[in-house]
Amino acid sequence: MSESRSSLDETTEHHEDRADDSERLHGALLTSSRGQIVLHPSSESYHGLIELLMGEGYNVCVDLCGADHLGNETRVLPSAIEPERFELVVNLLDVSARRRIRIRVQISETNPFVATISDIHPGAEAMERETNDMFGVCFEGHPDPTPILLPDGWEGHPLRKDFAMGRIPVQFKAVEGR
Amino acid sequence: MTTLDHLRNRDAVLRMSELEAEQRAAVVDPDDERMIINMGPQHPSTHGVLRVTMELQGETVLRSKPIIGYLHTGMEKTAEDLTFLQGPTNVTRMDYAAPLFTELTFSLAVEALLEIELPERATWIRMLMCELNRMSSHLLFLATNGMDLGAVGMMIYGWREREEILRFFEKVTGLRMNHNYIRPGGVAADLSDGWREDIQDILNVLPKRLEQFDVLMTGQPIWRERTQGIGVITTDEALALGATGPILRSTGYAWDLRRAMPYLAYDEVDFDIVVGTYGDTFDRYAIRLNEIRESMRIVEQCLERMPEGPYRVQDRKVTPPPRARIDESMEALIHHFKIFTEGFKVPPGEVYTAVESPRGELGCYLVSDGGPKPQRMHIRAPSFANLQTLPHMMHGGFLADAIAVISSIDPIMGEVDR
Repeated sequence: MSESRSSLDETTEHHEDRADDSERLHGALLTSSRGQIVLHPSSESYHGLIELLMGEGYNVCVDLCGADHLGNETRVLPSAIEPERFELVVNLLDVSARRRIRIRVQISETNPFVATISDIHPGAEAMERETNDMFGVCFEGHPDPTPILLPDGWEGHPLRKDFAMGRIPVQFKAVEGR
Repeated sequence: MTTLDHLRNRDAVLRMSELEAEQRAAVVDPDDERMIINMGPQHPSTHGVLRVTMELQGETVLRSKPIIGYLHTGMEKTAEDLTFLQGPTNVTRMDYAAPLFTELTFSLAVEALLEIELPERATWIRMLMCELNRMSSHLLFLATNGMDLGAVGMMIYGWREREEILRFFEKVTGLRMNHNYIRPGGVAADLSDGWREDIQDILNVLPKRLEQFDVLMTGQPIWRERTQGIGVITTDEALALGATGPILRSTGYAWDLRRAMPYLAYDEVDFDIVVGTYGDTFDRYAIRLNEIRESMRIVEQCLERMPEGPYRVQDRKVTPPPRARIDESMEALIHHFKIFTEGFKVPPGEVYTAVESPRGELGCYLVSDGGPKPQRMHIRAPSFANLQTLPHMMHGGFLADAIAVISSIDPIMGEVDR
């Protein structure tokens, strides 16, 4: 992964995309992507950061999704952040100040656990269930960790890069006694 | 501090797996007379394939849980296998009542990654088409909302008016729905000949029809009885649950991305944000009806101020050469072929763009690895987030009102399940 970071410096030509280690907000690295503010907390400090941002006015969790960066050699990350396979991407919105902020959390492949933020933003509940379905990221303390888009008992996580398209025929739930 | 405290009834959501709900279905608990029932996914008023598990005590809904996923077709996965130019064909199928908005948010994301500026005419054409689409989507809502609550005549009228707009779309884009019209770099084609007259015809006819709707529904005592004070939600609850669009505005909070964070040329046109007062089903109905009127104002301004010029960006990296050039130049032919087979490359990076769709904030999170296909494409569907308000709106209401509440959320299941 360290090689991918050195190749990143060459391919990132956009001067707008800052990926240095100079700025921090609540202890998390602050970068900018196409003019949008991005924070990079660790998976341990993520829950606390969302809470701090909530107090700062970011009161709507507008979007939460995962991303699989397997095989992505050119991802834009500050050098102090150790890249992991999965990323949890949260977009927060401050409706009174009309501003947005994005949080990118690195989630390891071997230990894909992170604290739920549905105790702070109940609106994140369905989105976390979807992320669990699609990437297998587990949200600790989630009130209802059931599948949302996938059928009960589906094996695998379809949006992972190693889940090939059309790999398995569509699974249908057997209806017993009918 | 958490927004959880804003919820009036934290226990409004039925936390029960599908299996458990199935086992306990239609069995009355002898102690407190509670019972679990299942509605959908084939119920005619669930707008497609929404299924709701409800806990009832007599006629009163206590807890409930929307069960979704019946229309999940893995469109975000499909997007990773399509080039950026093919992307709109995929995303346009998500919200099939307002397809142009998903195309728009996707195209804006690609353009933000490419860092290209659009020609003025492309921006205004996009705005014109999107506002027409907002009108057709809200007309569809009026039709289904009327039908759900027994105003069956309204269903015929709503569909009729919507068809007028779809006929114009067919002229411009070639298709009534799933247009693939707004593409990265502009729009697919210029407006059709005689577009001004076509739109003027729609604008002449619609105000009279909207007045008829007012007579048919807004002022009608039965309609008001069925909708007023039903499915109430507060501003704090809506924000905590991530609900946007007419649901948030019905609570009296004037949040509209067209005004709050303008995109396209919305900062140059004059329009009002329609807000409600009580956050009930009637407010959500009235907001959508009046938003048609506001959209008509924007369309009128687009008619007056439509600039001349190219309808797509003149950057040859993203735009195929004009048809006439292909006959003359071998290079143009190769270029055309390359753009449509290989696609254009987008610099690495990630971006989130959001537009105000008829249902709320429609966002697109796009990651590029520098190739012609996205590394990750995620659509933030407003209906998906808005559905979370359902248990909170239905809590303590009657079963018969559940239909009114579901209808007033106006979920499009293609977008919820993606």
